[in-house]
Amino acid sequence: MIEVTALHKSFGQLHVLRGVDLKVEANQTVCLLGSSGSGKSTLLRCLNLLEVPTSGRIIIDGRNVTDRNTSMTDVCRNVGMVFQQFNLFPHLSVLKNITLAPLKTGLQKPAEANELAMQLLKQVGLEDKAPAYPSQLSGGQKQRVAIARALAMRPKVMLFDEPTSALDPEMVGEVLAVMKSLAHQMTIMAVTHEMSFAKDAADRILFMDQGVIVEDAPPAEFFANPKTDRAKQFLNTIH
Amino acid sequence: MAAEYFMPQEYLHHLGAVLPALLRGAWIAVYVVVAAELIGVSFGLIIALLRLSKSRWMNIPALIYVDLIRGTPMLVQILFLYFGLPSLISAISGRPWSIDPILAGILALGFNSAAYVSEVFRTAIGSLDKGQTEAARALGLNRLQTFRFVVLPQAFRWAIPPLGNEFITLLKDTSLLSVIGVAEILKEGQLYAARTYAIFPTYIGIAIVYIVLTLSIANVLRYVERKLKVPT
Repeated sequence: MIEVTALHKSFGQLHVLRGVDLKVEANQTVCLLGSSGSGKSTLLRCLNLLEVPTSGRIIIDGRNVTDRNTSMTDVCRNVGMVFQQFNLFPHLSVLKNITLAPLKTGLQKPAEANELAMQLLKQVGLEDKAPAYPSQLSGGQKQRVAIARALAMRPKVMLFDEPTSALDPEMVGEVLAVMKSLAHQMTIMAVTHEMSFAKDAADRILFMDQGVIVEDAPPAEFFANPKTDRAKQFLNTIH
Repeated sequence: MAAEYFMPQEYLHHLGAVLPALLRGAWIAVYVVVAAELIGVSFGLIIALLRLSKSRWMNIPALIYVDLIRGTPMLVQILFLYFGLPSLISAISGRPWSIDPILAGILALGFNSAAYVSEVFRTAIGSLDKGQTEAARALGLNRLQTFRFVVLPQAFRWAIPPLGNEFITLLKDTSLLSVIGVAEILKEGQLYAARTYAIFPTYIGIAIVYIVLTLSIANVLRYVERKLKVPT
C-alpha cells in the first residue's frame, strides 16, 4: 500500500530525513516511535505532501506521490490525517466539519454525505454532537470528530500525528479506543507516545533515530528485545 | 457676509429648513460610500492576497501601492483624479477630457480604501492558525476551496470590527468631495448657509446627519457580527 524509497527531506541546513526506506502492506497498523526530532512527524507529513520531499520516491496505492504531475489534492483524497492540535474548523458545526470535504470535492451528494457523517459520529460515540461547534467540545471529543472528519473521505490510509499528545490524560483513552477500532480496517501509520496503543494495536513498530528507521519489528519483539542501543535507551526513558 | 445676529428662535427654523438639502446630500454620500467600498473590499482582498504571495513580482507592487496610497493625503488623491488626470489625458489626446465628479469621488475613495482594507485582510488571514489550511489540504480540498471555505469565512469574521472603522472613516471622508463640487452633505449645507447666512444651525445640522449615518453603520456591523458569531 505504501512504498517509500530513499526519502530525504531538508529544511534549509537541517537534514531531517536521511534516507528512509519503508514498505507497508494494506490494512497494516504501523507505529512510529522515536524521540522528538527523529523525523517521525516529517515522514508522516511527506506521505500526504504537507511537506514536499527533497528527494526519494513515495508510492501510495499504486500512485507515485513524488511525481511532479501528481497533485496534493489527488493524494489526499486517499490519505486521511489526524493532527495533534485537532485543527477542526471553528466556524463550522461538527456535522459540517465532516461533510465539507466530501461535498466540495464532489465525492458525495448532500444526502449521502450527511448519512455517512452521522454514521461516523455514531462510530466515534458523538452522534448527539452533530449540531455543536468545536468550541463546545472537550479535547477528546474534538479529536474524535477530527477522526470522523478524516474517515468521511473514505481514505485507504490514515495518518495519525501524535493524536493524543495535546489531550488531558483522562481523555486519551477514548481517542485510543477509536483508533484501535480502525486497526485492520485500513492502513494506519501513527506517530504516538502511547506505548499501550503500540503494544496492543500495532502490527509493526518502526523506531526512528536521526532521520532513518533503525528498527522494524513486531511490537512484542521490539519491546522485549530491542536490538539497538538507541532503542534500549528510548524504552528506558519511557518506562 | 452680513453679521449674524444671535437669534436662537431662528435656529430651530433653519435646522428644519436645511434638513431636506442635507438628506439629499446624505443620499449621495451613502451612494458614494457603498460604491467605493465595493471597490475597496474586492480590490483590497486582491491586494492582500498579492501581499501574502511568496513571489516578489506579486508582493512588491502590492506593497508599493499600499505605501503610495497611505503616504499621500486623500484630498490630494481626489484632486489628482478630478483635475490632474483629465488634464494629462486632454494634453496627450489633444481633446478636452473630463470626469464626472461623483465617479471621480467613487474611484478615489474606493482605491484609497482598498489600501487600508488590504491591511485588514492581510492581518486577518495571517492571524489564522496554519493548522487550518493544513487540515483542509489534507482532506483533499484544493487551494481555492481551502481559501473559499476555510480561510475566508474565518478571516472575514475577524475583519468585521476593523472594516467597520474603515467604513465609518470613509463615510466622513465623503465630505472631502465637496471641493470637487459633489453635492454631498457638507456641500449642500454650505450652499444653504451661503444663501441664508444661517451658518451656526447649518453646521449643527451637518454634524447631526453625519452622526446619525455613522451610528447606523456601526449598528449594522454589530448586527452582522452578532449574526456570524460562532456559538461557544
